[in-house]
Amino acid sequence: MAGIPSRHRSLILLAGVILLQVVLLAVQIKRDSQGRLLRVWTVGAVSPFQRAGAKGIGNIRGTWSHYFALQNTSRENEQLRSENDQLKLQVNQLQSKAAEADRLAALLNFRQAQHNVPMLAARVIGTSADTASRTIYLDHGERDGIRRNMGVITPDGVVGKVIESYRDTAQVLLLTDRESGVGAMLSDSRIQSPVGGTGDPLLSMKYIPTDETVNLGEHVITSGMDRIFPRDLPVGVVAEIKTGRPFQQVRVRPAANLQRLEEVIVLLTLHPLEQKKEPVAAPAEASKTVGGTAAVNP
Amino acid sequence: MMNDAFDLRLTETHIEVHKFRAGAIVGSTFLALMLQAFIPVYIPKFAVLDLPLLITIYFGLSRRNPSTGLLLGMFTGLLQDSLSGPTVPLGLYGIAKTIIGYLASSIGARLDTEHPAARFATTMIFFVVHQGFVTLTRRVLLAEPEPWFTLRLLIAAALNAVVAVLLFAFLDRLRKS
Repeated sequence: MAGIPSRHRSLILLAGVILLQVVLLAVQIKRDSQGRLLRVWTVGAVSPFQRAGAKGIGNIRGTWSHYFALQNTSRENEQLRSENDQLKLQVNQLQSKAAEADRLAALLNFRQAQHNVPMLAARVIGTSADTASRTIYLDHGERDGIRRNMGVITPDGVVGKVIESYRDTAQVLLLTDRESGVGAMLSDSRIQSPVGGTGDPLLSMKYIPTDETVNLGEHVITSGMDRIFPRDLPVGVVAEIKTGRPFQQVRVRPAANLQRLEEVIVLLTLHPLEQKKEPVAAPAEASKTVGGTAAVNP
Repeated sequence: MMNDAFDLRLTETHIEVHKFRAGAIVGSTFLALMLQAFIPVYIPKFAVLDLPLLITIYFGLSRRNPSTGLLLGMFTGLLQDSLSGPTVPLGLYGIAKTIIGYLASSIGARLDTEHPAARFATTMIFFVVHQGFVTLTRRVLLAEPEPWFTLRLLIAAALNAVVAVLLFAFLDRLRKS
């Protein structure tokens, strides 16, 4: 470098560094390698702080809700009593509508059918450091039995799948990521089609033929074809339909609030899940079980 | 090599080269990466900001050494890639931030970028250029369809520029007097 003018040295360094990274990209594409070592180091360095931050925020929230917010408890209590009476009436009406119980029954059915499937409740401690991908980090990892390709859900519906498991943390690819996908079907017509992410809040259901009827608001549920999620778990609701050939462009709003996830459930199994058909239970009973699903189950 | 780079600047310009307290660059970079991966859990809209990019721009503009600027950009970008998961290959943000680190320090050596208006304008331009290189890499090297320009990009650039003005003023305090 002694004979090279100093003005050009940084340019040569720039070219060399970029070339190096282009080769690095090419190697990853060619060998499907993901540079795991660097990722393990980086995640290992950052995740303890994220975990501490998540715990700190949880403590602050707890202090707020259990102490400061109690100052208005008396007034709120009266208000809640009144609301409670109204809600009881509404619940009685809702219980008579069997259709309303479908989603809850699916979860109840899942819970009963998969009573031998271990589940783990996990807290979300971080997200992807870029705006292009949709991933989250959990506060549990390999030590807790989490492995790649395990399904992740909430009581509301499907969240995504584990794409990387480190010692104390795991990375989950959300349904909204453009590389994500889940085997799904329309709940009414039972037409099957994978649902994938687009990078936007809405998902895309790609292979619905033009001559099939799809209704706005129709529920989309898992088909079980991906061998990760069992059948009949809520994926989302049809939010947009555009005509196209040979397939309609169906956009689906995710059932789980993927923009704001704080706790999720990991299905601790890599075996294909099968759904047993159970009779639809009463909504009240279903509600109880759905609430219980968030806890760690045997 | 770095001393030569400093010599070149001093002969061409009279712009001051800023030095920082020990650990300021490493600490700020680590904090930016951590916040980038943590805050969106609670405030999803925060993801529109690119704190590692702002840090790269700031230290590039202040240090005014193209070699250190591009190396800082490379390390920051690669760490951001590694935190972004297997769907983002190592090098995607690394390449873009390497170039931004180089450009920021080269411009910093020729223009006075201490005024908030100058910082706003340079950050906005650098944000768009950065996204341009990310898009270029995605389209050309990864064969992924990616739009070149969207309204969202422009809004994100403006928001990042506003945050940059405030953040840079805070980071100025880390300079050695």
